Amino acid sequence: MPNQTKQCKHLDKIVAKLEQYPQYHKAKAYAEKVLALGNDSLEKTIAVAVSLCLVCAVLVSFAAVALKPLQVSNKELDMKKNILDVAGLLEEGKDINAAFAEKIEAKLVNLETGDYVTDMNADQYDQRKAAKDPALSVLIPKDKDIAHIRFKAKVAKVFLVKEGGNIKSIILPINGYGLWSTLYGFLSVEADGQTVQSINFYDQAETPGLGGEVVNPNWRALWKGKKIYAESAQHGFDKGEVGNASIGDAALHLIKGTVDTSKPESAYEVDGLAGATLTSAGVTNLVRYWTGKEGFELYLNKVRTGKGVKS
Amino acid sequence: MSAVIEEVKQPILNEETKKVLISPLVNNNPITLQVLGICSALAVTSKMSTSLIMALALTLVTAFSSAAISAIRNHIPGSIRIIVQMTIIASLVIVVDQLLKAVAYDVSKQLSVFVGLIITNCIVMGRAEAYAMKNPPLESFMDGIGNGAGYSLILVTVAFFREILGSGKLLGMEVLKLTKDGGWYDPNGLMLLPPSAFFIIGLIIWGVRQYKPEQRETQDFKIMSISHGEGGGHH
Repeated sequence: MPNQTKQCKHLDKIVAKLEQYPQYHKAKAYAEKVLALGNDSLEKTIAVAVSLCLVCAVLVSFAAVALKPLQVSNKELDMKKNILDVAGLLEEGKDINAAFAEKIEAKLVNLETGDYVTDMNADQYDQRKAAKDPALSVLIPKDKDIAHIRFKAKVAKVFLVKEGGNIKSIILPINGYGLWSTLYGFLSVEADGQTVQSINFYDQAETPGLGGEVVNPNWRALWKGKKIYAESAQHGFDKGEVGNASIGDAALHLIKGTVDTSKPESAYEVDGLAGATLTSAGVTNLVRYWTGKEGFELYLNKVRTGKGVKS
Repeated sequence: MSAVIEEVKQPILNEETKKVLISPLVNNNPITLQVLGICSALAVTSKMSTSLIMALALTLVTAFSSAAISAIRNHIPGSIRIIVQMTIIASLVIVVDQLLKAVAYDVSKQLSVFVGLIITNCIVMGRAEAYAMKNPPLESFMDGIGNGAGYSLILVTVAFFREILGSGKLLGMEVLKLTKDGGWYDPNGLMLLPPSAFFIIGLIIWGVRQYKPEQRETQDFKIMSISHGEGGGHH
């Protein structure tokens, strides 16, 4: 094989070069001495351990560094796909990057004021990372932490879906604890800040077939057209974990069984997941948390009342 | 799958390599006979696609780690033997994990922690300790492939039943139409939960030992019959 001889020649060249240095001969002599030692001698044990660690460390870091760009682009593409999916814009065979750049704009929202943040780069901002950074996050008081996430980023990254210059819908990042895992997802709300367009969870590890059905398209379709905030106090929110929501409060929740659409409160109810009581409760809690006062209520209020979000 | 590999390579294999390749499939299967690697067999078999990737990943890790360990087997100090094996295995697993994240992102997301848990998979460690430490690299490599194939065979069989009975699909394609989509099949939710793999593996082990009685284990203890004991009267 010509290729192999070529490689051998290269190797010979390298060895010839190395032989010019006295250190190479020293290292070689040492290696030969160590290899000849008994396997259980202390010196050989240490030498084997150190050289093995070196080789493995080089191998692992080479793989990690060489594959990093591919992994990052995979992750970004996956995230864009999820955002397009919840916006209802995902089409088979269409270029995700192009569709995303054309229709979607990332914005940062200060959760405390409900206004846009302009002095930060929205494309570079990672809300999940920020939630873990003490400087960028806040500890949620225990009594308010219904989604069991402990920390939240001060600034949230929302996505505006635009159509012909107008905002068509707003995509909010949501997360919270289910049964086994923290669920991460997006809630897409129409421009009125009240009507749900869609929901999806891109990162979860609930029981496949039961709680894992949060990714089922049929179940996700049930969310379309539901209302987030209570419009009238007469709706009897007497069942489930929601309690009595007064006007203007976040009221959207999951119920046990199937929603009776003839009742007025059905606008705030979504079918619970069969066989997954705890995941359903988790989804209710995280949706209530993120649409509530701790979450996007102020921001959505400003969007809804048309007072305009300051930026 | 493995049968094809054997046919292609048969002429160049000697008796030993042939033995280490074929015997782990049924006669010395790591799951059904040695009962190793059960935890991942329970965890990843709810779907065929994840099982296939997991099987491939484990086979590759077992083969390459066995080859690497065997290559340096004469220089491994006995006192740090296990940690040397673990370091090699762990490095390979990280490389496989990184590779999956780079080229098969969706699958790596579904497998999540289980790729990382190959490190603690008893099959990999078991083969390193039992075979690779005493045999030359090529045979150890083949032994890894063979054991990986034995593991894969069981994984794929279990995943076949779990996916088809649990969600009416195979490799994500609809096979049995579900009642919730207007079909006739009401899926068995138990099949989606890890314990169902216990039942299926149990049935497979029972089947194999029925067919090959020599695999049955001898009893460690004889159960005393109480009816003849002192206190055991008839009630």
